[in-house]
Amino acid sequence: MSKKLTAIAENQPAATAPRPPHAQAPINARLSQEEKIELHRKMVRIRRFEERSLRAYQGKKIGGFLHLYIGQEAVAVGCCSLMGKHDHVITAYRDHGHAIAVGMDPKPLMAELYGKITGCSKGKGGSMHYFDPSRNFWGGHGIVGGQIPLGVGLAYGVKYQGHKGAAMAFMGDGAVNQGAVHEAYNLASLWKLPVVFVIENNGYSMGTSQARSSAGQLAKRAEGYDMPWGQCNGHDVYEVRACMDKFLTLARETNQPSTVEIDTYRYRGHSVADPDNTYRSKQEVEEYRKTKDPIQVFQEQLIKEGVLDEATIEKIDLEARAEADHAADFAEASPYPTPDDIQKDVYWEADHPAQRKSQGRLFFD
Amino acid sequence: MPLITYREAVRHALAEELERDPQVVVMGEEVAQFNGAYKVTEGLLAKFGPNRIVDTPISEAGFIGMGIGASMLGVRPVMELMFWSFYSVAFDQILNNAANVRYMSGGQINCPIVIRGPANGGTNVGATHSHTPENVLANHPGIKVVVPATAYDAKGLLKSAIRDNDPVFFLENTILYGDKGEVPTEEYLIPLGLADVKRTGTDLTIVTYGRCVIHSLAAAAILEQAHAVSVEVVDLRTIRPLDINTVLKSVAKNHRVLIVEEQKPFASVGSQLAYMIQREAFDELDGPIHRLATIDAPAMYSPPVETEQLPNPHRIIKAALAAVA
Ligand SMILES: Cc1ncc(C[n+]2csc(CCOP(=O)(O)OP(=O)(O)O)c2C)c(N)n1
Ligand SMILES: [Mg+2]
Repeated sequence: MSKKLTAIAENQPAATAPRPPHAQAPINARLSQEEKIELHRKMVRIRRFEERSLRAYQGKKIGGFLHLYIGQEAVAVGCCSLMGKHDHVITAYRDHGHAIAVGMDPKPLMAELYGKITGCSKGKGGSMHYFDPSRNFWGGHGIVGGQIPLGVGLAYGVKYQGHKGAAMAFMGDGAVNQGAVHEAYNLASLWKLPVVFVIENNGYSMGTSQARSSAGQLAKRAEGYDMPWGQCNGHDVYEVRACMDKFLTLARETNQPSTVEIDTYRYRGHSVADPDNTYRSKQEVEEYRKTKDPIQVFQEQLIKEGVLDEATIEKIDLEARAEADHAADFAEASPYPTPDDIQKDVYWEADHPAQRKSQGRLFFD
Repeated sequence: MPLITYREAVRHALAEELERDPQVVVMGEEVAQFNGAYKVTEGLLAKFGPNRIVDTPISEAGFIGMGIGASMLGVRPVMELMFWSFYSVAFDQILNNAANVRYMSGGQINCPIVIRGPANGGTNVGATHSHTPENVLANHPGIKVVVPATAYDAKGLLKSAIRDNDPVFFLENTILYGDKGEVPTEEYLIPLGLADVKRTGTDLTIVTYGRCVIHSLAAAAILEQAHAVSVEVVDLRTIRPLDINTVLKSVAKNHRVLIVEEQKPFASVGSQLAYMIQREAFDELDGPIHRLATIDAPAMYSPPVETEQLPNPHRIIKAALAAVA
């Protein structure tokens, strides 16, 4: 079964009018050469980081799940490149790309996978639970769809506190069938909260294709909640930016929430535990790699624009590989948390004993 | 001191905290225009306006999750659950997100949210509306659980809960809403995690909380007069953090213990207390620890029989006499 049997172009308002090439969308046209190269570099850094983490996983350095983002890089990089001071991001467990896209350092990210105390969550969260509030990145959440009400809460907070900003609440194509997502849609639209719901449609929720799990076009469900929606090609970082800029601006300027479905594809199994031989063909994966790879597509675009040349591409790639290796070395050399760390970071009060106001036992044995 | 109802005490705590801190917002089903399903929030909309007092759709997972998300940014939402029984449809938000997000982020985030509402049986509304989930909630490290029994305690504890930087779940009681108690006009706070000896006595320690405190006090009066048994009543007030020291001190004095709780017996708050008392005061005990809980079945509708399913003064007297025998 192949993906995307339900995407119907005529339901898509944006598709009816002829569109200018995305490179010429104002949000892209005003990028400097260095900014364009930075978009490319971020995608390459994400990919090399994840390839390195896969090797570490195969070397038994990493426990639990490892959901790789390889193939989807243009989505996180495109969306997060639009963030301003009061914009926020929250996503599901396939979160490595978003973490690097918001500017997190790969060293603590890799260390988190290794379960080390130097990890971004001190070894308490793992692959699925990356966080960096200092970069407005609120996780990394393991329950499918459970992060979406939190994303609406971020939008509520932005609006209540009088800031001009928007929250991007990312989910997979499988998450759209969760009740919490629909409750979140309704609240956002009812209360005009500045949130963009981003569906990263990679065609599969684990081993179940979109056609086998979802009735109708995913983003179109927004209409039921009186929200505008859009759909775009997530293999082209320019297109992601052009599309998301429109909806983010709507949210920031008018508190109008929306849903954007971004077509993308993951090359690896659902997690590294997925042998990936039951629900899609090797040819399908190959076809995407060959024709739609987001790094390849953008690289060719930038060569055409005269922004990138082979030597720079090579240099960026080598640096990204070295960065990933350094991150792995850092993770390897870092200490594990100790059993004494288990009961830290549970209660704010327990972590701030001088400011504690409650009494009594917080922990039990 | 003026006599006010438990309901008014909760309302005054909300109003004072709304006044003090602009980050505090009150949200829930029917809290604003309707003045509250149990009239706890009556008048708050008129005083604080629709930006601070917000009616939500019937969407517990959505609006509670939203409140948790907003609290990560420093908003201090006080969310009303019309009944705590409805926590089950927001379970993931409450116990995965609010309870765990601090831990999973390595301490980078805290959620200063309060979720409050009634959690009790005894009103003949059947099993879906009669849950007392304090044990389920308290099973989750990262959150705090408060169950006040009197107007005075409700006000002082709720004000502390709203100022707390961790998620606090505040369990009230529809039957107690109309009960009057003395509440000072001056501001006061009661720290979470501090038990209160509501009655002193020398023969038996009753450890309890919530409405069972009121029942235990009624039973204690009869036990004194009719049976010459002197009962001390320790009101936990907060389940987590737990003031076990006050419990142990009373046990060391009286050597006999009865736990009274409106809880299903299996893995209840009382189970935890019994474990801790035997572990930490074994040598002080002159007999086994006794417990009186809800009779183990879903909540009964039939009004006279539901009264018997729950702890009540007459059941407590029987249990107390067995404990001192
Ligand atoms: C509530 C819940 N149900 C099931 C799972 C197990 N699970 C994890 S990811 C996943 C597939 C989700 O697919 P999708 O939303 O499309 O995201 P993708 O993995 O493609 O990024 C499933 C079933 C879960 N984590 N949470
Ligand atoms: Mg998917």
